[in-house]
Amino acid sequence: MAANTSSIKIEHNKNQNNSVVVEMEHLKKSFGNNHVLHDINLVIHKGENLVILGKSGTGKSVLIKCIVGLIDLDEGKLVILGQNISELNDKELIEIRKKIGFLFQSAALYDSMTVRENLEFPLRRQMNPVPKETIDSLVKEALQNVGLADAIDMKPSELSGGMRKRLGLARTLILKPEIMLYDEPTTGLDPITSKEICSLILQVQEIYNTSSIIITHDIECAKLIANRIIVMVDGKCAAEGSYADLENSSDTLVRSFFE
Amino acid sequence: MDKMISRSNQREVRGIENNTKQFSETIPDSVFKKFFLEVYSLTIFTLRFFKEVIKPPYEFNEVIKQSFIIGYKSLSLVGITGFIIGLVLTIQSRPTLVKFGAVSLLPAMVAVSIIREIGPAITALIFAGKVGSGIGAELASMNVTEQIDAMSVSGTNPFKYLVVTRVFSATLMLPLLVVFADTIGLLGSFVGINLKDKVSAYLFFSQVFQSLGFNDLFPAFIKTFFFGFAIGLIGSYKGYNSNKGTEGVGKAANSAVVFGSLMVFIIDMIAVQITSLFQS
Ligand SMILES: Nc1ncnc2c1ncn2[C@@H]1O[C@H](COP(=O)(O)OP(=O)(O)OP(=O)(O)O)[C@@H](O)[C@H]1O
Ligand SMILES: [Mg+2]
Repeated sequence: MAANTSSIKIEHNKNQNNSVVVEMEHLKKSFGNNHVLHDINLVIHKGENLVILGKSGTGKSVLIKCIVGLIDLDEGKLVILGQNISELNDKELIEIRKKIGFLFQSAALYDSMTVRENLEFPLRRQMNPVPKETIDSLVKEALQNVGLADAIDMKPSELSGGMRKRLGLARTLILKPEIMLYDEPTTGLDPITSKEICSLILQVQEIYNTSSIIITHDIECAKLIANRIIVMVDGKCAAEGSYADLENSSDTLVRSFFE
Repeated sequence: MDKMISRSNQREVRGIENNTKQFSETIPDSVFKKFFLEVYSLTIFTLRFFKEVIKPPYEFNEVIKQSFIIGYKSLSLVGITGFIIGLVLTIQSRPTLVKFGAVSLLPAMVAVSIIREIGPAITALIFAGKVGSGIGAELASMNVTEQIDAMSVSGTNPFKYLVVTRVFSATLMLPLLVVFADTIGLLGSFVGINLKDKVSAYLFFSQVFQSLGFNDLFPAFIKTFFFGFAIGLIGSYKGYNSNKGTEGVGKAANSAVVFGSLMVFIIDMIAVQITSLFQS
């Protein structure tokens, strides 16, 4: 199986002929006796949208949390933007993290801050101070992108679930990261807003040439945005390819995701 | 181990958790094991605090904001209790002193008890209940809702931004609150004396200040810094390392108060030993 996926990987390398931004080799992670990630091999190219599909509890969220270093790896190699994560010190790690955007499955908004402050927070934490006018215009723009311009002075607790999700997305995108990790960006949203979020993700890819991993259960969304899809089963990559490839896969389990 | 302490991100704490988990699987279950694990990770947490508090950049704005929340918002509670304690202590001590014909010593006696022990201890306990539990619950709920993770992902060191600022503010604010409580407590005592006797404010306070020496004021003031530090640190530790789950929030708040108060008494006991060394 591993040999199979890696051969596909090499093909893709040739096809895209792009630089690699994230590279994982033989990634393993267990929580006690719960072996979550078995042997993950994966690359992401510059400007690519990679969609990860998989059943609930297979370790998709754990995988992307490993990429940002929220969860430590047990084994394996992880290279991000040419730097091996396990060899970095605090400062370098923080610098790398500033280039990665992470949308939490639960949105993870700062409860004690208003919507505006939530968006300002990542901007104010930058090394070079951003002038106030720039902050204001960036915040306005980010809120308009996700259709929340009217909610600017509300507290997160006053927002609906979908609004929280969109605010989380706005907060992540405001720094224009080089790598975006979306954990279920459209879950819990109505079909119309889902489409809007999908086109936002595509927009981000087009304008900023961002490389993204998108975890989703929303197959319509996957069809729209994916350059490449990986199906995860039991902590392994079970299949990899374009939407059309996997839709017609000989593996019934893989095919069942697309029905 | 060395490397573990030197890492300063969220993953470090995760690392400690994993380590402690592995460590704990090798020893049989017992109260002792739990106790040592707790002491071990609290020690690492404390070391990390000292490492990060000296390392720039400093979060001045956040320290000021936290000091306001921690200090200013506790003023009324601390003031009211201080007043009542001063009043009650005076009224209750009076009959005993009357028996020995020493009522004139009442201001001096009450002043020494308030300044040396009752002011610092009561204020610290109230502080543990209000501020310690507040920090514990706040950080625990931020932990549960992944806000702490979100912070470290956005390139902010959450330990520095959340923990260091709170512990630092608590350490600075408690001594000020104690001074405030002592002052109000003496006012309460003045009112208490005047319920039965007629003593002018001038006479009362000149007696108070005559009775208080450096040996009363200085150690009592110094120990309050340690009280504040312990309460802030334990609240942060319990919150920052809480279980993921809403249940963890309640537990964190609860044990922040319990262990914070216990630490106040332990530090108090140590402090009295040290000061008596210098006085005998
Ligand atoms: N911090 C943790 N500690 C212990 N176990 C964990 C932790 N995080 C995740 N797990 C375990 O890892 C496994 C995978 O979880 P994960 O959240 O990655 O699933 P998922 O694929 O994202 O599922 P979903 O689609 O439902 O979000 C689960 O069995 C879970 O119990
Ligand atoms: Mg998940």
